[in-house]
Amino acid sequence: MAKSTRKTTTSRSSATTRSQAAAKKAAPKAKASNGGSAATVPAAGMAVTDEVAIQVSSMNKWYGDFHVLRDINLTVNRGERIVVCGPSGSGKSTLIRCMNRLEEHQEGQIIVDGIELTNDLKKIDEVRREVGMVFQHFNLFPHLTILENCTLAPIWVRKMPKREAEEVAMEFLTKVKIPEQAGKFPGQLSGGQQQRVAIARSLCMNPRIMLFDEPTSALDPEMIKEVLDVMVDLAESGMTMICVTHEMGFARKVANRVIFMDEGQIIEQNEPGEFFDNPRSDRTKLFLSQILH
Amino acid sequence: MSDTLRPEDQLGGGLPERAPPPSTVGIQGWMRENLFSGPINSIGTIVAIGIIVWLLPGILEWAIFDATFVGVDANGDGSITRKDCLVENAAGLMTLEGACWVLVYVRWEQLIYGFYGSDGSIWRPTIAFVGLLLAIAPLLFDKVPFRRALLWFAFAFPFIAVWLLGGGEWKLSSVLVFYGLIVAILPLLFDKMPGREILLWVTKIYPLFIAFLLFDAILDTLLGFSIWNTLLGPLAVWEFSPLPALAEVSTHKWGGLMLTIVIGMVGIVLSLPIGVVLALGRRSTMPAVRLLCVIFIEFVRGVPLITLLFMASNMLPLFFPEGIELDKLVRALVVVVAFSAAYMAEVVRGGLQAIPKGQYEAADAMALTYWKSMYLIILPQALKIVIPGIVNSFIGLFKDTTLVLIIGLFDILGMAKAAVTHANWIGLAREAYVFVGVVYFIFCFSMSRYSIWLEEKLNTGHKR
Amino acid sequence: MSVSSTTGETSGGSWLYDPKVRSIFAQVVVVGSVVALFYFIIHNTAVNLEKRGIASGFDFLWEPARYDVTGGFLNVRSTQTHWDAFMAGLLNTFIVAVFGCLAATFLGVVMGVLRLSKNWLVSKLAAVYVETLRNVPVLLQILFWYGVFILMPKPKQSLALFDMFYFNNRQFLGPKVFFGDTPALSAAEQEAMIHRMGEVKYNKLVEASGGVENVPAALAESVKPVFGTGSWILPVSLIIAIVGVVLFRRWAKKRQENSGEQLPVFWISAGTIVLFPILCVLLSGTAVNVQYPELIGFNFVGGASIPVAFMALWFALSTYTATFVAEIVRAGILAVNYGQTEASFALGLRSGQAMRLNILPQALRVIVPPLTSQYLNLTKNSSLALVVGYPDVVGTIGGITLNQTGQAVECIVITMAVYLFFSLVISMFMNWYNKRIALVER
Repeated sequence: MAKSTRKTTTSRSSATTRSQAAAKKAAPKAKASNGGSAATVPAAGMAVTDEVAIQVSSMNKWYGDFHVLRDINLTVNRGERIVVCGPSGSGKSTLIRCMNRLEEHQEGQIIVDGIELTNDLKKIDEVRREVGMVFQHFNLFPHLTILENCTLAPIWVRKMPKREAEEVAMEFLTKVKIPEQAGKFPGQLSGGQQQRVAIARSLCMNPRIMLFDEPTSALDPEMIKEVLDVMVDLAESGMTMICVTHEMGFARKVANRVIFMDEGQIIEQNEPGEFFDNPRSDRTKLFLSQILH
Repeated sequence: MSDTLRPEDQLGGGLPERAPPPSTVGIQGWMRENLFSGPINSIGTIVAIGIIVWLLPGILEWAIFDATFVGVDANGDGSITRKDCLVENAAGLMTLEGACWVLVYVRWEQLIYGFYGSDGSIWRPTIAFVGLLLAIAPLLFDKVPFRRALLWFAFAFPFIAVWLLGGGEWKLSSVLVFYGLIVAILPLLFDKMPGREILLWVTKIYPLFIAFLLFDAILDTLLGFSIWNTLLGPLAVWEFSPLPALAEVSTHKWGGLMLTIVIGMVGIVLSLPIGVVLALGRRSTMPAVRLLCVIFIEFVRGVPLITLLFMASNMLPLFFPEGIELDKLVRALVVVVAFSAAYMAEVVRGGLQAIPKGQYEAADAMALTYWKSMYLIILPQALKIVIPGIVNSFIGLFKDTTLVLIIGLFDILGMAKAAVTHANWIGLAREAYVFVGVVYFIFCFSMSRYSIWLEEKLNTGHKR
Repeated sequence: MSVSSTTGETSGGSWLYDPKVRSIFAQVVVVGSVVALFYFIIHNTAVNLEKRGIASGFDFLWEPARYDVTGGFLNVRSTQTHWDAFMAGLLNTFIVAVFGCLAATFLGVVMGVLRLSKNWLVSKLAAVYVETLRNVPVLLQILFWYGVFILMPKPKQSLALFDMFYFNNRQFLGPKVFFGDTPALSAAEQEAMIHRMGEVKYNKLVEASGGVENVPAALAESVKPVFGTGSWILPVSLIIAIVGVVLFRRWAKKRQENSGEQLPVFWISAGTIVLFPILCVLLSGTAVNVQYPELIGFNFVGGASIPVAFMALWFALSTYTATFVAEIVRAGILAVNYGQTEASFALGLRSGQAMRLNILPQALRVIVPPLTSQYLNLTKNSSLALVVGYPDVVGTIGGITLNQTGQAVECIVITMAVYLFFSLVISMFMNWYNKRIALVER
């Protein structure tokens, strides 16, 4: 059992973790019993390395006069799984949208996978090829079938032959447990199914980092679980993940670190057990009391 | 039967199904529902019947029962004219009782082909028309036999049609510009064709070649020096026919329905892509590009087509150095395409605006470039949304082709107008215009029905 | 760490991929080619004009036109200037546009409502009307109606209705009403009549009448203004009535808000606007003369006359545009959820009230923007007047003046400016309206 404990107050300090490099391609067969035990212990096979995947330093962003992100410092190591939470309007979505440059930051540095995000289109494309993103409203392409949704980027961005792209797509669709829907259009699927397709679509690009922007907020309660299950599987396979979500059960189960944001700042970050049981900031306490009832 | 209540009676239910009252079903019910449901409704029905009884018999008598259809030299004066339709009325005067369709019968060839027939080569537009039908069929319907082969044909058709209708010999530069286009577009349309990689090079070079020729033309007019002519020498002025040679038929012999279809089709084929580019330009993040597109679109939409046509016929010759004479048909085509492209741009813009922001973001997050995300994600959706608007634009364009008669081209309406001003057919405006009206109605009405059909088909196909 | 090593590499050659640099480059290329194109065009035009010996500029507008503008609502003689001809054309365009829009709106609303009728036959008839006319080019329809109207009898055999209205192949005639006193025929009016009739014919007429002072009233008045001395009472009383109605409506609304009582505001307003001016004219003793058209020789004189060309143009434009208006109205009404009607009924509103208070305000929001663009279309289509010889802007300045003077650039610029001006006014109205609607939404 790997338990990655990690207490960091300043994000710039380099990570110290008991890494388990061997477990990189750990079998998803060891799927954790879903939701049953309030797992404070992260599931097996999750390895955090010393290698830095994303580094954000002294980053500031404004929308016109409005200062949305204030002096953000954050280091994400490869294999780390981070949950970002906070009240609405706290800048958490904006933060992860900066990480693949859907939003532009004005000050500071964002280095993803060793590539600094600047105005350079080539670098931006390089980053986007390596970073998958899942949106709150899925953003599947309604005019394409599920399979076409999944093969589009591999074919046009990775220049993969169509046959091969389809095989890869089917593999991931099987992983998210909907291979039988491949020929349908997004409009014919339920919300949960659509979100799983969206995850599969990102995975088809074989990304090294996955960003999740409130992936379950637009779903009915009974569909949330099927999406979270897929995300847990993904976490177990060692993917570097940054999730904006309010699913605290998920955070406890898979996160190495929970980050709490408010008013565009990182207020507190800690490993999940400590974060939930022993929050230090008053604002964190207030927030947790409101969402945990 | 018995007055003891059984359990099912107490619970309700168990009632047999009964037929509805006779006044609500069948013909009687339908009429009560749809024609006489209240006093106002009944008055409406009576008035409507009144209008029909007042108009219809008169129209039918004029158009069919009292009409003369086939041209026979009835009065024996050696020619078939309106006089052969005259009938002696009760007062003993010779009058026209019904429609004199003989006009259409006699002028048929001109109404359809213009003066093309004077060379005895009517077979060329006829074959072109059949070809057009074959080319359009696979584009309109999914379930056409030999669809793949026909699609290839559809793509090559514009080039075949130009050769078939125009004939003649071309300069090397014209051949390269025109037939180069086919080679340049091919790999974009078919992603599995053999030799695609090589053709893609043509696609990349083609715009540069066009830019070079334009630059060369400007150079030639300003300095009197042409790189192209200097490089190629006699080859630049050598004229040949890229396909089996056909006699040239000058465009001022083109006319009638054939000309209408030519202008309409060229307009339809070119205005959509140009309109898309203009719409994208209008939504561009580059202020100069946006401004230019807005100015062009709003200017063209703000003035009547007729003033633009005047501009083409009176001002365009001034724009070019002396000696360059643009074909009248080409001038009209430029205007018609520009005009409908501006309208198309606004239609397409509506569709682009309707695409949720998330689609753009998802495409960006996948590292698709601007043109790829437009081509793969945004445009297919945006164009689908605005199919009715696009078809309406096409219908508008087709109707607007009539305006070319004002600058002296003889489309089908121009031919009809010419016919009724001829002494032989004086006073037959109704016959001529009704005939042309019916032709236009058939085209426009079937286009609008097709759009409705397509919309329904697409709606059911993609939704739950 | 790998991070620090890679950040250093980003600077080399990256400006090629900077979106800002690319965007500026693309814009420079686009603007550059447009400027080059314009330079090419202007250069060639200047050279060509010089070769043809045409001086550019607008001075030609003040030279004699050397052509008559007739067949419209303002006749201009060949001795008058191109500018006068242009003004007459402008007026003619304006008249056909305004009356076309009015007729198209009326017919279109009626047809749109009828298409939604529950009566099968009525809705199908309306559908046949809409589908037939909208699928036939308007130019064809103009030519068709012109062809039909000129097949009517000659003036001598005019169709007459109540001896007041006459229809023939030249014009449609009706009675003309004169307000105020009309003085005796002045020298200028005599001259105008000579111009109208030709000197020989005029002299014959004077001879037949027994002197200039006895020339038939019909003829005299046909060149006289509708509004003579003392007719100021009509517009003044109309303005007073409108102001009064506006004040009355405000007062009635306040009263209704305070006391809940409702007055038949519409009928009172309409009655005031119609009746008050009439009453004023009658009470003030202003002379009102009605003059009927009379057949003198081969032609009618006097009365109000509308040229056939205008009739054909107006009829075709309004019936054609009405089909689009009908579709807009139908879509507008359908766009209002049926639930709105049901909710209104459930609240106890009568159907008229439901229409006025709930349905119409919502439908208008959908209807007005496309409707204004149809008005604009009609105005632009009115330029087809050319084919029937109705002298509008395109027919005068864009047609004959252009051909006579050869000032193609200037004439076409003026013509286009007129229509661009109309478009601008209409789009300003649209913006204003959309803003108002947006406010209402909150």
